[in-house]
Amino acid sequence: MTFELTVNDKTHIVDAEAETPLLYVLRGELGLNGPKYGCGLGQCGACTVQLGGKAVYSCLTPLITVGEREVRTVEGLGGVDSMNPLQQAFADEQAAQCGYCIAGMIMRAQALLDENPHPTEAEIRSHMQPNLCRCGTHMRILRAIRRVAAVPAGAAA
Amino acid sequence: MNAPVLDRRKVLSGGALVVAFAMTSRLLGDAVGGGEGGAGPKVVRPDLEGSLKTDPWLDAWIRIDAEGQATVCSGKAELGQGIRTALLQVVAEELDMPPAAITFITADTGRTPDEGLTAGSHSMQDSGTALANAGANVRMLLIGAAAKRLGIPVRELDTTGDGHIAARDGRRVSYGEAARALSLHVEAVADAPRRSPQSYRTMNRDFRRVDIPAKLTGGEAYVQDMRLPGMVHARVVRGPSYGTRLTAPDIAAARKMPGVLRIIQNGQFLAIVARKEWQAIQAMRVAQTSDYVKTGPDLPGEQGPRRLQSLASREIIVEQSDDGPKASTRTFKGSFSRPWYSHGSIGPSCAVAHLHGGELTIWSHSQGVFDMHRATAELVGLAPDKVRVIHTPSAGCYGHNGADDATAEAGLIAMQLPGVPVRLQWMREQEFGWEPCGCGMVTQIEASIGPDNKIAHWKYEVWSNSHNNRAVGAGGYAVAQEIVPGFPMQVPAPIPMPEGDGDRNANPLYVFNNMDIRYHFVPEMPMRVSALRSLGAHLNIFTMEAALDELAKAGGVDPLAFRLAHMQDERARAVMLRATDAFGWSKRLRGDGRRGCGMAFARYKNRGAYCAIALEIEIERETGAITIHRVNAAVDAGQPANPNGIRNQIEGGIIQSLSWAIHEDMTYDTSKRTGFDWGTYPILRFDQVPGSIDVDIVESAGLPFLGAGEAAQGPTSAALANAIADAAGVRLCDMPLTPAKVKAAIGNAG
Ligand code: FES
Ligand code: FES
Repeated sequence: MTFELTVNDKTHIVDAEAETPLLYVLRGELGLNGPKYGCGLGQCGACTVQLGGKAVYSCLTPLITVGEREVRTVEGLGGVDSMNPLQQAFADEQAAQCGYCIAGMIMRAQALLDENPHPTEAEIRSHMQPNLCRCGTHMRILRAIRRVAAVPAGAAA
Repeated sequence: MNAPVLDRRKVLSGGALVVAFAMTSRLLGDAVGGGEGGAGPKVVRPDLEGSLKTDPWLDAWIRIDAEGQATVCSGKAELGQGIRTALLQVVAEELDMPPAAITFITADTGRTPDEGLTAGSHSMQDSGTALANAGANVRMLLIGAAAKRLGIPVRELDTTGDGHIAARDGRRVSYGEAARALSLHVEAVADAPRRSPQSYRTMNRDFRRVDIPAKLTGGEAYVQDMRLPGMVHARVVRGPSYGTRLTAPDIAAARKMPGVLRIIQNGQFLAIVARKEWQAIQAMRVAQTSDYVKTGPDLPGEQGPRRLQSLASREIIVEQSDDGPKASTRTFKGSFSRPWYSHGSIGPSCAVAHLHGGELTIWSHSQGVFDMHRATAELVGLAPDKVRVIHTPSAGCYGHNGADDATAEAGLIAMQLPGVPVRLQWMREQEFGWEPCGCGMVTQIEASIGPDNKIAHWKYEVWSNSHNNRAVGAGGYAVAQEIVPGFPMQVPAPIPMPEGDGDRNANPLYVFNNMDIRYHFVPEMPMRVSALRSLGAHLNIFTMEAALDELAKAGGVDPLAFRLAHMQDERARAVMLRATDAFGWSKRLRGDGRRGCGMAFARYKNRGAYCAIALEIEIERETGAITIHRVNAAVDAGQPANPNGIRNQIEGGIIQSLSWAIHEDMTYDTSKRTGFDWGTYPILRFDQVPGSIDVDIVESAGLPFLGAGEAAQGPTSAALANAIADAAGVRLCDMPLTPAKVKAAIGNAG
């Protein structure tokens, strides 16, 4: 089946089975690297993308359910020489170890900031709860998000 | 990542570059990579430092072209620990040139020196030290060449940091010009002058990691992201966990699934190859609808890790001392344990393999590409020089996870598909089910203090399997016992001291009287196991630091003072004092039933980085849930190359160790592992990370590099248990210290 899909402001025609998870369409058909396979089960957030502005697990989103909603991956936020403020904050905080979780972290955090530009520390922590990081980069990830949200460091956890 | 895919392929076909690099053969040698994996390359120049001992030729490490651009090689791999950047800083500093003028090649069996495994916190010691000294040698030779060219003495010349050598009279010679008159195919000398820490331009700076930008923007950063022309996707079809076999996989049905190109079958090894990744997964699911039988050894059963104590073992004396009869006033006795842990990489293991013109090239995130190219060659039946393994980053592995197995399997599959690149990725449940776990372990301690509040007797025992089951031959891969003809399983052997295995850090850095320390090495493995970050040090430090707190309490001495009274190593004392000062130890709140503080210390392997941790927690008595309010760490890693990189590793180690200690436990029933996803094997999430973590780096300018990547694992879990004991008055000995266990213990304590 062919589908029309808007990803990072570009429209693509993709040929794939209706139930193919969006993750495999983005990686396999469109050659994007941002969304990662971590569990395929909605438990880790490595595959997180924005769909219609909301953070979703692309591993659990069948292609047919995307409809006209716009998909955004980390590639759509900015490139190496054109990072958006959140990517730049991750760079400034050196908020990555292996980095495998980081694209998903950025996409989930971006969805929060789009909706609520100045979340509290508690709101940030609870919003990021679905995403796992095994390297233990959490403190830096929180700092990077705080930078953009302009939450003072050390505000109560 | 070494270079874009196209460049890698060009190099592969080019050949010239490969020949240009001096390579030394690998024979029995000393413990590169912390003694993990094979024996490592042979020591040929014991007078040199780091990996120059095994590879003394300068052009094996550094070449400088006529334009003054440098190409530098290291046998160590970027695992997410930031080593690529740290090593680049080291070599740039000693060459005294900008890092941007250096092309850096890492862990590629076709191009770089064999430095054994990237493991054991050895990369700075092995490769950092080699690159520092090789850089110093090359800089010395460049200055010498410039002196000759200008006809002035060497002492009138110095490097400028921008790829030039300048004379006092203002004349300059570029590195390119100097290099033209020079052969770097010479052996290093031991006394090339190093740059002094006061004049560092690149080292000891928070230089930004070179690999991070691509990781933040969806660049091609991982082996998972490789897309070679014509590449196909593979999945393996397996039972639920190691030691099981599917009885009747539905191969016929899988063959009919859309996109399926090939079914690879060899003995019990079964793999699906499809055009697209999702097609491979769907076909795998269809094939996997089958019963399974247990084929492996019995799992540990209800005894958990204590099962190890009833298996046959070999006793290894770690340390014994006789300080004459000492009076004992108070004695502490206890037995501690940890369960089996998963490495828990966020990305399941992946490899790309390509058989082309009779040569197999594999892109792998293994920590041991050098062992791997020999072991995989044996597995697939090629000569080792026909197998090239190129390290390519992936999700963090923290030890020997599924990477090596997935790579070997990708190699087997690619052998059936000449000319076609194959990408294999394991599924989440396969990673949990089939990777080697971190070892379950048990310790037993009986220690006493005398009237002087000094430790009078210290009797210590530890039970463990080998933490080093990395493949050094084909038999080390799980698939080697599935294929026909197969290879017998590799015989497990413990890593000897001074690195240590299950007994790593069982020998105290503290000064105790009358020590008797034994390692009961258990060859039989109820669960498939191998190296996990810090190996046996985690439980040994956990036990030792618990006993110290208990004995301090018995003697009525503050835990910090008690430790200091038993420690003569000045750097260890400094680290303990720095962490506790920053924490405010002397003014800390005292355990009140809910809140409490704990500290712990270790020098990893007694020869790596020093690390002390102090933390404050709060227990919700109603549920047993623990909140960690704040953590202070101090670390001495010798001369820091990149202080922020060290901080990043320590912060990560603290969080990972808290996750191990509070949450983690690979469960099993009688036939299989039952932890197969993040629901059945939970790890720490954002709502449980500490309120704050502050890492203080004790700078030891000019002192040797000490690897810091594993230094926090033992002290953090230990400090947590000590804080729980302080808060609630109960000593918990068996990890994980889950809320249920904490709650039950508090209930029992009344
Ligand atoms: S891969 Fe989608 S949540 Fe883990
Ligand atoms: S940085 Fe490695 S999993 Fe998050």
